Amino acid sequence: MSVTEAPKGGNGYVGQAMKRREDPRMITGRGNYIDDMILPGMLYMAVVRSPEAHATITSIDTAEAKAAPGVVAVFTGEELAGDFAGPIPMVWDPPGVDINTPEHWPLKRGEVKHVGDPIAVVVANTKGQAADAADLVIAELDPKPAVVDPEKALEEGSPLVWEQFGTNKTHEWAVAGGDFDGALSVAEVMVEQRVVNHRISGAPIEPRGSIAEPRAESLTLYSATQIPHIARFVLSGMLEIPEDRLRVVAPDVGGGFGAKLQVYAEEALVLVLAKRLNRPVKWVETRSEHMSTSHHGRDQIAYVTLTAKRDGTLTGVRAKVIADLGAYQQILTPFIPELGFPVAGGCYKIPAIDLNFVGVFTNKMATDAIRGAGRPEMTYWIELMMDKLARELDMDPLELRRKNFIPKEEFPYETPLGIVYDSGNYEGTLDKLLVNFDLDAFRAEQAQLREKGIHRGVGFSTWVEVCGLAPSRAVGPQGVGLQAAFWESAMVRVHPSGSATVYSGASPHGQGLDTSFAQIAADRLGITPEQVHVIHGDTDTGPFGWGTYGSRSLSVGGEAIARAAEKVQEKAKKVCAALLEAAPEDIELADGKFSVKGSPDKSMTMAEISGAAHIPPNELPADIEPGLEEASFYDPENFVFPFGAHACIVDVDIETGKVKVVDYYAVDDCGPAINPMLIEGQVHGGIAHAIGQALYEQVVYDDEGQLVTGTFVDYALPTAAELPSFNTDRTETPSPVNSLGVKGVGEAGTIAATPAVTAAVLDAIKPTGVEWLDMPLTPMRVWQAIHGDGPAATEQGKDIPEHGQGSAGSGPASPGEGGPS
Amino acid sequence: MIPAEFDYQRVASVDEAISALGTGGEDAKLLAGGHSLVPLMKLRLAAPALLIDMGGIEELKGIQRANGHWSIGALTTHATLQSSDELGVVAAAASQIADQQVRNRGTIGGSLAHGDPASDLPAVLLAAEAEVVARGAGGERTIPVAELWQDYLTTALTPDEVLTEVRLPALDGYSWGYEKFTRRAEDWAMVGVAVLAKVSDGVCEDVRIGLTHMASTPLRATAAEEALRGQPLDAEHIAAAASAAADGTEPPGDLNATAEYKRHLAGVLTGRALRTAAGG
Repeated sequence: MSVTEAPKGGNGYVGQAMKRREDPRMITGRGNYIDDMILPGMLYMAVVRSPEAHATITSIDTAEAKAAPGVVAVFTGEELAGDFAGPIPMVWDPPGVDINTPEHWPLKRGEVKHVGDPIAVVVANTKGQAADAADLVIAELDPKPAVVDPEKALEEGSPLVWEQFGTNKTHEWAVAGGDFDGALSVAEVMVEQRVVNHRISGAPIEPRGSIAEPRAESLTLYSATQIPHIARFVLSGMLEIPEDRLRVVAPDVGGGFGAKLQVYAEEALVLVLAKRLNRPVKWVETRSEHMSTSHHGRDQIAYVTLTAKRDGTLTGVRAKVIADLGAYQQILTPFIPELGFPVAGGCYKIPAIDLNFVGVFTNKMATDAIRGAGRPEMTYWIELMMDKLARELDMDPLELRRKNFIPKEEFPYETPLGIVYDSGNYEGTLDKLLVNFDLDAFRAEQAQLREKGIHRGVGFSTWVEVCGLAPSRAVGPQGVGLQAAFWESAMVRVHPSGSATVYSGASPHGQGLDTSFAQIAADRLGITPEQVHVIHGDTDTGPFGWGTYGSRSLSVGGEAIARAAEKVQEKAKKVCAALLEAAPEDIELADGKFSVKGSPDKSMTMAEISGAAHIPPNELPADIEPGLEEASFYDPENFVFPFGAHACIVDVDIETGKVKVVDYYAVDDCGPAINPMLIEGQVHGGIAHAIGQALYEQVVYDDEGQLVTGTFVDYALPTAAELPSFNTDRTETPSPVNSLGVKGVGEAGTIAATPAVTAAVLDAIKPTGVEWLDMPLTPMRVWQAIHGDGPAATEQGKDIPEHGQGSAGSGPASPGEGGPS
Repeated sequence: MIPAEFDYQRVASVDEAISALGTGGEDAKLLAGGHSLVPLMKLRLAAPALLIDMGGIEELKGIQRANGHWSIGALTTHATLQSSDELGVVAAAASQIADQQVRNRGTIGGSLAHGDPASDLPAVLLAAEAEVVARGAGGERTIPVAELWQDYLTTALTPDEVLTEVRLPALDGYSWGYEKFTRRAEDWAMVGVAVLAKVSDGVCEDVRIGLTHMASTPLRATAAEEALRGQPLDAEHIAAAASAAADGTEPPGDLNATAEYKRHLAGVLTGRALRTAAGG
């Protein structure tokens, strides 16, 4: 444990707000994204997709497309069926629970299950020719009833997405700790609510894209992915290509937000086509394809019950979650709703927690991980339920929170679910927030503005999240049941002249980790970050790794780098000690020099040491191996639990319902900063992302399963014009889990901010009597709620139904039976 | 997002454009900025065989005042309009079109000829009682904008005509207000309202109210205008006009707004635009 010590080596790059060194290249057009890559002889693939939500494929006529200019080949699902050894996999196999998982093939045969489902591919010499010919493929589809609403999908007699299962229910998974029923029976106060967390898109600036290149007996897949090593593992199995003959490279990747934490049909298809045609084949997703066929996130309905004593002491929480999973099980689809369960109680001491999750098939694109993945949903309902309880108790919502915070003295704190929160100081972030944001002054201003007809409100979120995925034993096959592990690898190689290359198994795609990884390595190697080259995202250049997602890359991947670099440092000290005729334990690294304790004039630089390690002088003992390179495979012993306190301030135009975020305060704690500027950037982006979900963004399907939001005209991503300048601040509570003391921050803002935004709107319109609104808080929805005739207003009256207790496959036992009346 | 194949011709004069339209027939389209047409082509909702780029026709760029009218060349960009304060409500509306990148490329002629009822300028020019000049193989004619837009994306221009100029009454002595309601700054108007009012001796001598996106073409809020004509522009009469703003309209509903909500917005925005015109 060295969290309280200065970083070993003491060059002091860790902690500095260094500018992202990857940026000059990227913002001057010198990046290397999939769409920039042109290989000799490359062909282009276009995908013919289903315009129907649910249909039987009657016939596909490809004759005209095959005859079109420049077309090399056209294939249907039937024609490529023999090219796949296995379907696209889903990797969650929880002990004791069966998950209905239909075979999911890259090209469909028989039936299509959602708009955008691939039914044929066209390969041509140019992408224009491929697009032209794709329009000439004539598919006859016989429509079937579409299943769109997840609660209706669970009702008896609903049309089925997959008839073989006899139900639209995919699975049911439950976890509980403490005695919730007991808490409920003696509850002095209880609040209940149906909470909707709607469907969103990842919408990275770079859409997906892949190129498969055959060469000799090997295949290379260049792909805009967050998980090159997992992709190789999965695709080699799907296509029966030995892993050593398949190389996967993630070049520059322009954001992912989880949408590229996936193995997609198109990746398998370009590989199959490259193999068949023996030429490189490229596919780049259009934005409309992204909206319909890159996995979506969220789409859950939670029925939440929170119980407490009259004095505000929480006694229990129960949530029954219905998760709309879409038509197929992608790699983590059924697991994502559950992923937030470790922090279901938020940052509060709640003795009883009872969670139940039901997954549902619908005729929509699959849901899966989108930034936050399970945790934004939990945070959203626990925080808004705290506000609701405060109203019920007529208590200040922040006082209610403080009363129930897990005190900082009680960490590590074990929740009723057996999860151990590693560290925390929830009072500390809230205190700092209220220093930065003067609540009393705000309330005075709010009252004055109301007299002028301006409705301003503030909402708070005191949140904790779980990240640093993940301790492999906790989440692996014998734990939660993922057929995977989540350690991370690093290799640190010091070159003879003293510069170094760091290989990471993480796969950054915009986070700035090139910079922070170099800072970590530089301090431990006694060189500058400029002397550290960071390589990632190539299965042929470094050891296996698990990629970048789940705010894991620093706390797991960065720790692996620190450990590998410290191994190098140890060896460097041995070399140095031998040459300076001292004991290795007497060599210390400071200010870029390895010197003998007490004799600062006797010292060597890393360049001198590495030169000697590579061209050993006779003075170097034979038992010291030449070279200077070490690897580390780090599996964390626990998750890490970042936390914070946020306040959002909004104005609501009461006449139109339009919400404007006028100010935002955030205090985050993700442990000691490696690079404060990167943290700030991640927090800004995360908050913007959450404001996007809360106010603007929603993937909408109509009653027939047609995608209504197919472009950025209708899928309303916020721009800078919609956002205020954020006031960010931090506290630093080191994690005891890793030597850096760090926790993740990539998803924190997204997890934290949606409840603060909604609470602020509810505070602003409090005089109208509206007490609940479901996101997104669009002008029309807010206006309708205020005027009492919209869906937002009617939904608040819904009853809390009972969940069915049946296991997956036993028929539609569902909250629908209890009946929202 | 790849357009279907098309031919491209850049022209240097209106005559050359007319001649190219004659050659290209109904499959030819004029390009005058491209921020509406090109996205439609990329989505393959439009697939012209010939794209005639007017970008090089210098004679159609610029703003001049003559004989009590503003004469605005069809290729004048929104950015130029936006920085021409003397155009009043036209400049204000232009400054709210999409984002600055679009305003730097998009042109007034391109916007009017596209005929999108959600665009900013049509309702403004309808309220201003502007007219456009169209030139074709058969000569030149002027078309009052009230007759220009016939339906969604449909105008009175014939396939061989080039919209060359917008003529706008100078409207000296008019005050104005412009309200555009969007979810995001860059969006098309959910509803927009342009007001022009001339107040003499304490009463509205003239008032004109244009509505954006309340029908398949821009509309005049005639009932609201009627409620104000000859009346003082005070709170009471503004409220009456606002409540009549949506009279007779049957706006199309969409994802973000039902017809009922749009009608409500039209009233709110009309009230606000009138209050601006009234001076606060």
